[in-house]
Amino acid sequence: MSDLTPKQIWIVGAGPAGIAAAEAALESGATVGVIDENPAPGGQIYRALLGVMKPEIQSRVDALHAKGVLFLNQTTVIDAPAVGELTVKGPNGPERLRYESLILATGARELFLPFPGWTLPNVMGVGGLQALVKSGLDVSGKRIVVSGTGPLLLAVGAYLKQKGAKVVRIAEQAPAQRIREFTQRLVGYPYKLGQGIPLMLSIGATVRTSAWVERANGSHVLESVKINSHQEPIRCDYLACAYGFEPNVELATLLGCELHRGFVEVDETLRTSVPYVWCAGEPTGIGGIDLSEIEGKIAGYCATGNEKAAQRLMPTRARWMRFAAMLEVTYALRDELKTLPNPETILCRCEDVSIEQATEWNGSRAAKLHSRCGMGPCQGRICGAAGRFLYGWEHGTVRAPLVPVPLSDLTERDPELTNHTN
Amino acid sequence: MEVGTYDAIVVGGGIVGCACAYYLSEVFESVLLIEPGPIGGGSTAAGMGHVVVMDDSPAQFALTHDSQKLWKGLFSQMSDACEVRETGTLWVAADEEEFSHVEGKRRFYEQHGVHAEVLDSQQVAEAEPNLRPGLPGGLRIPGDCVIYPVTAAGWLLEQAKRRGTVVRQGKPAVKVTGGSVMLSDGSRYTSAVVVNAAGGHASELTPGLQIEPRKGHLVITDRYPWFVHHQLVELGYLKSAHEMSSESVAFNVQPRATGQVLIGSSRQFVGWDGAIDHRIVAKMIARAAVYMPKIAELSAIRIWTGFRATTPNKLPIIGSMPEDPRMMIAAGHEGLGITTSLATGKLIADLASGITPRIDPSPFAPGAAYHHD
Ligand SMILES: Cc1cc2nc3c(=O)[nH]c(=O)nc-3n(C[C@H](O)[C@H](O)[C@H](O)COP(=O)(O)OP(=O)(O)OC[C@H]3O[C@@H](n4cnc5c(N)ncnc54)[C@H](O)[C@@H]3O)c2cc1C
Ligand SMILES: Cc1cc2nc3c(=O)[nH]c(=O)nc-3n(C[C@H](O)[C@H](O)[C@H](O)COP(=O)(O)OP(=O)(O)OC[C@H]3O[C@@H](n4cnc5c(N)ncnc54)[C@H](O)[C@@H]3O)c2cc1C
Repeated sequence: MSDLTPKQIWIVGAGPAGIAAAEAALESGATVGVIDENPAPGGQIYRALLGVMKPEIQSRVDALHAKGVLFLNQTTVIDAPAVGELTVKGPNGPERLRYESLILATGARELFLPFPGWTLPNVMGVGGLQALVKSGLDVSGKRIVVSGTGPLLLAVGAYLKQKGAKVVRIAEQAPAQRIREFTQRLVGYPYKLGQGIPLMLSIGATVRTSAWVERANGSHVLESVKINSHQEPIRCDYLACAYGFEPNVELATLLGCELHRGFVEVDETLRTSVPYVWCAGEPTGIGGIDLSEIEGKIAGYCATGNEKAAQRLMPTRARWMRFAAMLEVTYALRDELKTLPNPETILCRCEDVSIEQATEWNGSRAAKLHSRCGMGPCQGRICGAAGRFLYGWEHGTVRAPLVPVPLSDLTERDPELTNHTN
Repeated sequence: MEVGTYDAIVVGGGIVGCACAYYLSEVFESVLLIEPGPIGGGSTAAGMGHVVVMDDSPAQFALTHDSQKLWKGLFSQMSDACEVRETGTLWVAADEEEFSHVEGKRRFYEQHGVHAEVLDSQQVAEAEPNLRPGLPGGLRIPGDCVIYPVTAAGWLLEQAKRRGTVVRQGKPAVKVTGGSVMLSDGSRYTSAVVVNAAGGHASELTPGLQIEPRKGHLVITDRYPWFVHHQLVELGYLKSAHEMSSESVAFNVQPRATGQVLIGSSRQFVGWDGAIDHRIVAKMIARAAVYMPKIAELSAIRIWTGFRATTPNKLPIIGSMPEDPRMMIAAGHEGLGITTSLATGKLIADLASGITPRIDPSPFAPGAAYHHD
């Protein structure tokens, strides 16, 4: 192929990493497309999680549009049938795309851990509840407990309060001492500190550290939660609970990328072990928006052969990786959380498999085969992640389709490669 | 490193190995089963679990029929997790030509003690409303059934353990002879009888066995309990299974106890490459949709592949090696090992303990496929 033909880059994920990658790849003169399953670009954080939506994000997306970047919204990658090809499913059905370079910016999802009552209605994720409120759920006057771990608890607690909810307790499992040390070191990241202070002022009084929900009570729907540090159960209408993030590595795994400690292994140019595949953002390590943005830029440059531009950003990446390391230490999950579920607590929500049934077997594959744990439509996305924390389970095999699809989508496998670039 | 002596050792914890342990533990004091991975994690985890009487050859009929009887004798004791469902099989004729053979097939089954019913066009439509309208008819074998192979294997082994069978999991056997088995960690077990039940890998342990992996694809859907009631198989299936052509697909759809629909099946000789072949999956689903158009609307949650252990004469290898009677083989069960596991285990136990077998063992003797020249 002649050097004059622009390189075709596809980016999977339109969050901070994906958008930054698109900008950088465009700068190098590539033809860029961005695939995201959501109706609009922005990703989890810009759209829902932090609540502190960066105002310039829409104008960045608009600018990319104007320069010819194609956004395939409501489009999910379901398969990688051959080297250099993806099968995606969008509003117009399945189609195949060809890439010369691929950047995975697939983000992370919340990590849920089982405890008695975690499957009751009105027990949800922290980002999950915020997303519901954003899409119209009225929480004014509702009593809400927020629990789990990480800075997100504060951000969402403050957001819910602003929406008129009564945030009765924020239970943070990390110990006070570690959070104090973290806060002191935030001086090196003044803008993060600047984000944190108003949150603390708004909602800080309800925070308890070294605190976690032991049990959610209710006959049909959530009525109260028992927190370890409180004698009496706390009455509440909602529990928002998540233990940090679990990287979305399914597509990377399907492509054959090596993982290291559960994250996609990359070199300093963010190249994965698979040729022509780069990875940026949460799948390489949980570090928040800033690390994701900078990794997106680096991957966008490197995937288009502009390593020089990337070099300049590496010190900034290193700085945010130190921040990520601080987060990891501060909010490391405590072993007590492993003791919360009872034998009869459900582990696999798709297939109703209890802890007792699943742990009779040695490892996730044996548990899957013998107890059906992880066999359902979510293919172990939730219970597999919990099992890795609780029992040191291995990552399961990832197989196409990455999400359930009608069988008809699997028959029409041989449509002509779609040419989105005219 | 010598670590133990047993009356019998079974190498391989697939459904066939577990069935061998089940029956060997009835006739011997001490049995050891060796499995490197999860119990039933090999081909057994991939198979559809259709327990079916097949009339491909007299020997195959005898083995499948005997085995199905043994299964039925156990169903009432088996756990719910084994997902036993007495669905029956409906062999579906695609055209008048296929339908014209149905009556002959029915007579054969009935003469050999298996109840069979011819269904006409309307009866087929009533029995399975999601089949394409206007099919000429089919053959129903009400006695066939469906199980979940992995838990069935686990259940068999559990019963054997209650009779004293010891299970050693985690390490593969690397050297197997009539009197001893050595594992990869150097531990060595001795025994009066050793059964090689390593499925498609049996030939790696016993050189000279002619076993080839034959790959198959399956697709499972979300739960649609109303969609299909019988195991449905196209009458052309035998043709596709029988032909040693490099590649074939056939309509083969199964209702799972969970309400899921399991869709097969394909056959390919491609070595041990387990990758999903999208072209084959597409062909397989298109084939299923020819018979059941609405199937295309169901949601697929997982695709997987598995390997059938294929022998040159299309029969499993069961019995003693000609040069060493203490070295027994129970492998090469192609696409019927879930069905034939129990009859295989029984045959092995009978032969090992000098009991006269219930069926003629000669068609399955290692000599029949071994040194096949
Ligand atoms: C009747 C029936 C119903 C089923 N229903 C469902 C269902 O509802 N949902 C569902 O998800 N699945 C279902 N399954 C499928 C089953 O759980 C497995 O998916 C199937 O056994 C094959 O899976 P796989 O090939 O996709 O991968 P896996 O089962 O994950 O197996 C991968 C293979 O690779 C091997 N392997 C893995 N890692 C390594 C390594 N590092 N080195 C060497 N080898 C390795 C493993 O040993 C294994 O053989 C069903 C199976 C049956 C028989
Ligand atoms: C797609 C598909 C659909 C099928 N559908 C049906 C059906 O509907 N009905 C039916 O009756 N049959 C069906 N079958 C066939 C059936 O699954 C197999 O015949 C059966 O599972 C074979 O069991 P096995 O115990 O011989 O082999 P396996 O289950 O493969 O067991 C062999 C075991 O040996 C172990 N092993 C390997 N090497 C060593 C070693 N060196 N040392 C120790 N252990 C070792 C393996 O880990 C494995 O667990 C199907 C097969 C496929 C692939």
